[in-house]
Amino acid sequence: MEPNNLCTVERRGRVHLITLTGAGEHRLSPALLSAIRSAVAASAGAGALVLSAEGKFFSNGFDQAWARTAPLHLHSTMDGGFRALVADLLELPMPTVAAVTGHAAAAGCALALAHDSVVMRGSRGFLFMSEVHAGIKIVDFLAELMREKVPDAVNRRDLLLRGDKMSAAEAVRRGIVDKAIDGGVEDVVNAAVAEAEKLAARGWDGEVVAEIRKAVWPKVWDKAKDYGADAPAAARPRL
Amino acid sequence: MATGDLCTVERRGRVHLITLTGAGEHRLNPALISAIRSAVAAARASPGAGALVMAAEGKFFCNGYDLAWARGDPSGRIAAVRAALRGLVADLLALPMPTVAAVTGHAAAAGCGLALAHDTVVMRASRGFLYMGEVDAGIKIIDYFGELLRQKVPDAATRRDLVMKGEKMTAAEAVRRGIVDLAVDGGVDDVVAAAVTIAEGLAARGWDGEIVAEIRKAAWPELWSKVKDYGCDAPSRPRL
Repeated sequence: MEPNNLCTVERRGRVHLITLTGAGEHRLSPALLSAIRSAVAASAGAGALVLSAEGKFFSNGFDQAWARTAPLHLHSTMDGGFRALVADLLELPMPTVAAVTGHAAAAGCALALAHDSVVMRGSRGFLFMSEVHAGIKIVDFLAELMREKVPDAVNRRDLLLRGDKMSAAEAVRRGIVDKAIDGGVEDVVNAAVAEAEKLAARGWDGEVVAEIRKAVWPKVWDKAKDYGADAPAAARPRL
Repeated sequence: MATGDLCTVERRGRVHLITLTGAGEHRLNPALISAIRSAVAAARASPGAGALVMAAEGKFFCNGYDLAWARGDPSGRIAAVRAALRGLVADLLALPMPTVAAVTGHAAAAGCGLALAHDTVVMRASRGFLYMGEVDAGIKIIDYFGELLRQKVPDAATRRDLVMKGEKMTAAEAVRRGIVDLAVDGGVDDVVAAAVTIAEGLAARGWDGEIVAEIRKAAWPELWSKVKDYGCDAPSRPRL
């Protein structure tokens, strides 16, 4: 599978922009997760990273269809791949911005929140932890990420326990998302890139950014660190 | 002691409503907590139950531990009632349906904690306070109770005001600060009706109850880990 069927990479000034391609749901299958990780690894030398998507969805979560057909012993590759991607984002030596261009559900919502800043399309799309409606448990690592990034008790209750669909305006009001952007997908991407460019312009030492980020979110880092690109070989679980 | 003297249980549609009975302070001692836990267990076992509401009659929702009773044997009784409440909190966290506290009157100390242990809190607007009176009464807050407050009152300033300063919070103030979901005008029955309506709405979502319980434990894992060995599902239950 060609990685650029799954995501593209471009530089805009100092910003490394990753776009999940196509009109589909950008379900986080092991293949897509691997492609995104490659794209993230290609950001070396950039000043900031933006993750965005084409179409109606940012990401609608794990690839449950794949999970239904894949042998059980391979299921950990999806959870492990997600943890690995989050580890890569947490230790990335530059600020990160999620451009939530469409619906972000379950693991897709968690992936957005794993970035330092989140801008979201104002007119369409929800943050949505759909698990309670689907009758499935929230994957432990997703819950950890959500807990750290959504400390407010009411927000946590509404997102996780009630599975509320949160518009950009609502998410901004509640302090979960930084900005709601009017217009279409391109407008959201442009706003995210502008935000990323501003952060890159601060000229921060990237290694320090990464260390401070890990210090700010220690619990999720602790659960992800053995999966990332820099994890010592012995600790890395076989994926 | 007849359970009906302590709390009643009724079904309103899909809602399982527990009411702490009588005009008193509904002070928590092992007998009352045991009665409430029985009622919660009944909700869990009740076919078609979709949500739980905890309410009270009279001027008080719950005014905290039964300190008068505890004074009869200070070294043992406070520990006993703390352990009993720990079990009730565990049962509420593990309950396979959404939970709503109808704070119909004053909720103080352990009573305030009991209200906060529910998923949703509605409170009477015209009368009654949330009041963590421990600092005024010189009572310590122990580990799981502190965790409950940390999880359900994460805002540092609000927690400081409620717990360290012993501020008495009206429903309006509690809503403003994000501790209580809804302030309800009117009397006790209006608060109960509002809570039941919310509970009915949650029950109507048709969620898988086991999933609700698992997600709740995933949302508040530090609290769950501190109480789970005391709940009705605990394999080797500590002697209370």
